[in-house]
Amino acid sequence: MTVEEYRQTGGYEALKKVLFEMKPDQVIEEVKKSGLRGRGGAGFPTGMKWSFIPKTGDKPRYMVVNSDESEPGTCKDRVIIEKTPFLLMEGIAISSYAIGSSTCYLYIRGEYYDQAMILKKAIEDAYKHGYLGKNILGSGYNLDVYLHRGAGAYICGEETGLLESLEGKKGWPRLKPPFPATSGLYGCPTCVNNVETLTAVVPILQKGGDWYASLGTPKNGGTRLFCVSGHVKKPGTYELPMGIPLRSIIYDYAGGIKDDRKLKAVIPGGSSVPILTANEIDVKMDFDSVAAIGSLLGSGGVVVMNEDTCMVKALLRISKFYAHESCGQCTPCREGTTWLKKTLQRVYDGDARQEDLDHLLGIAFNMMGTTICALSDAAAMPVRSYIQKFRHEFEYHVQHKCCDVEAAVRV
Amino acid sequence: MPTVTINQISLTVPDGTTIIQAAEQLNIEIPRYCYHPGLSIAGSCRMCLVEIEKMPKLQPACNTRVTDGMVVTSNSPKVKEAVSGVLEFLLINHPLDCPVCDQAGECYLQDYYMKFGLYDSRMNENKIKRHKAEAIGPHVILDTERCVLCSRCVRFVREVSHSNEIGIFNRGGQSEIRLLPDQVLDNNYSGNVVDICPVGALTDRDFRFQCRVWYLSKANSVCNGCSRGCNITVEANRQRPHHGEGRRVMRLKPRFNKDVNQWWICDVGRYGYKFIDDPSRLTQPLEKKNGEFEALDWKTAAQRAVDQIQAAKQSAGANSIVIIASPQLTNEDLFITRKFFGMDLGIEQIDFRVPEVVPSEGDGFLLRADRNPNTRGAEAILSDGDGFSLPRMIESSSKQPLKLLYICEQDLTVKLGDDRSRQFVGQFEYVIYQGSNENETSRMANLVLPTATYAEVTGTFTNFEGRVQRVNAGIEPLGDSMPVWQIVCKLAKTAGFDYGYESAEEVFADLAETVTEFEGLSYERIGDQGAKLAESAHVQA
Repeated sequence: MTVEEYRQTGGYEALKKVLFEMKPDQVIEEVKKSGLRGRGGAGFPTGMKWSFIPKTGDKPRYMVVNSDESEPGTCKDRVIIEKTPFLLMEGIAISSYAIGSSTCYLYIRGEYYDQAMILKKAIEDAYKHGYLGKNILGSGYNLDVYLHRGAGAYICGEETGLLESLEGKKGWPRLKPPFPATSGLYGCPTCVNNVETLTAVVPILQKGGDWYASLGTPKNGGTRLFCVSGHVKKPGTYELPMGIPLRSIIYDYAGGIKDDRKLKAVIPGGSSVPILTANEIDVKMDFDSVAAIGSLLGSGGVVVMNEDTCMVKALLRISKFYAHESCGQCTPCREGTTWLKKTLQRVYDGDARQEDLDHLLGIAFNMMGTTICALSDAAAMPVRSYIQKFRHEFEYHVQHKCCDVEAAVRV
Repeated sequence: MPTVTINQISLTVPDGTTIIQAAEQLNIEIPRYCYHPGLSIAGSCRMCLVEIEKMPKLQPACNTRVTDGMVVTSNSPKVKEAVSGVLEFLLINHPLDCPVCDQAGECYLQDYYMKFGLYDSRMNENKIKRHKAEAIGPHVILDTERCVLCSRCVRFVREVSHSNEIGIFNRGGQSEIRLLPDQVLDNNYSGNVVDICPVGALTDRDFRFQCRVWYLSKANSVCNGCSRGCNITVEANRQRPHHGEGRRVMRLKPRFNKDVNQWWICDVGRYGYKFIDDPSRLTQPLEKKNGEFEALDWKTAAQRAVDQIQAAKQSAGANSIVIIASPQLTNEDLFITRKFFGMDLGIEQIDFRVPEVVPSEGDGFLLRADRNPNTRGAEAILSDGDGFSLPRMIESSSKQPLKLLYICEQDLTVKLGDDRSRQFVGQFEYVIYQGSNENETSRMANLVLPTATYAEVTGTFTNFEGRVQRVNAGIEPLGDSMPVWQIVCKLAKTAGFDYGYESAEEVFADLAETVTEFEGLSYERIGDQGAKLAESAHVQA
């Protein structure tokens, strides 16, 4: 897409409106009204996050865009960057204006090389056409955007780990308080927002917060990009209203289960969230409804598993990921993730005892809520939910030293 | 000033106080690995988690500041479960090699397991193998299997020594303390990482396998390595004399003093104790006969010394005698030296300053260029003489007849150089050396009187800023050696002056009454953190 094409579809109209007709506080109010919640995974109200940035003070304020998108099952930022990078540029400009920042860092995961090149070009084009840089559109507002590529660590998607990485250090999440809003990048007030969040800001300012809120459910405004993968006929990234039933996403949009097998389980929001069984897919896909049944909407990565999936193997794969990605700073996460992985490997290999299943639950329990960042919880939640909901499969591995699911598939 | 309640006990603390600090004031033990009061907060070990009313998650006590009305619980079932869980995580890959670990007995893993753990092991996996027993510098050995990755050492080299030799490499379960490329942990403060390491990951090469820590006795003392006067404990092995090849002092450890050295000491001081149990120690009085030293008993030695001093005085006057005192001596030693030689014998040529050919240098942090612990005390006690200057005397060869030289604890050969020291000493007919160790200077003497080292005596040193600090005997004087003040008292008694002092404390009481700057001081007032010389009487020397 070129800048010209983007403009023809109404692009940069919202930015013009914001820069010439609105004060930063009005922008923040509009976003608050929209009910927009952070699309990175935590679902924190965006307008409120912006209002935490101090409006006065000698220090510069920074806008940091989190495009480290590393949660397994998630690929929405990538789609946005590939399909409509100018929407992101416009969202960045509006949001930076709202928090009074004139410097923005765009942190993109190292593996997204092609996407980084697209962004590089989009930034250059935006500068060329006066949408970034000095005196944007003659409004007197200045904004510089710098692109920074990560080096391949999941933990750098955690906002303070990202800030450390951006500062050239090892991506160890920071102890809070202080929070980034008061002491973030280089010790200055900083707002870290996800790519999808910032793009959502554009229509909100174009059509109003109330309009955006009306698209979703109460307190869960707007639409969401759901990245559907796994055993479905039409995997892909779907923009759907908040609150749409999970069943509808799987069967109406993703075409149902591949080869018309039976559905066994669904991860509703990226690999770290508690898994749902086939009986739980009538849940409405908004932050509060999914939380109400004990899981999380998370990053919107919907991973569908059919009846042929060995849940022990699925959990082992996830646990390997978190053991590999733990930064190693906090004791429970550093030691716990590796311990879980090793024990799960033995369960899968048929080399475990009954007590090991209880140990897994105990280890996961001790990892919950005891660390600086949420990676420990992210590693523990799947373990607890998989074993609780599919305990018979784990017990079969322990007792029969093999997998009943995989054996059935082979037959 | 917020008021906090911890385990049902209320306390009002200054703004900015953290929960862990407030708990310390209440003597409530909150376990910790990464927290150290001298370093920045890492908050990563997760051992100090506490429950705070109205907060859903447990919070680290090290990073949470007290607010007014805060209600904290550190002994609830929820906290106990979390702490025990963290301990379990730390121990799953620990090698449990306590029987061969120097840290055993003062290890936070051992202590906390007994206090907060006592669970049954659930670890059924193979432990992670890591680098063991690597010398990472001249003084420190690293065992990464024992490491709990608290990052205290890393923060120390960043924030205190500013030398940045080590860091944490890799991530997750593979995380390890390593030296940075082309680095060696070789800075003048490297030994401190051993002190602050809560486990046996960093151990001292000097102390390695020498003695189990539970055999060590500890005496509060002051480092004699320079004029800073860092507070230390002298840790000695008196229970197992067959360990460590007869070495009694096993190690020096820093002792907290917020006005002097905080938590640290330098390596020059830390490893500077070797002379105490060195074979060169003088253990009995010696007299040179036909070029060979022969042992004497103290009575004969004292008689010989007094006879020689009185003979010199009678034949050529008091000005034929020079007393070289030493800034290595305690205030008590110096006071008695002045009392006997100066006041009672009327010898005016007493000085402690010996010019150094190669002056030492300070390091800008704790270590000072003046490598003597009591220069300030010597100035205060000896300076009201008639202005006799030893450096001047050494510079210009004397015209007056010189009879007797009495040297206290100064190796002139090292300070002046071989030729100049021989030339200077050679001007005297009789030389008495009073010191702890044999050296080139002692070998030039006719009579040698063995003294106890600072680790073997009770007394006080005055540091460069006029802080008088107490030294306590950690071990007995070796052989027949004696504290200097006792030796000089013995000489005085032989010469007919019975001072009647029973202890160093009595000497100090007399000193405080006699020397203006020490007015008002007593052992009790000095305590274990020191007390400053009277400000009003302060003389800039």
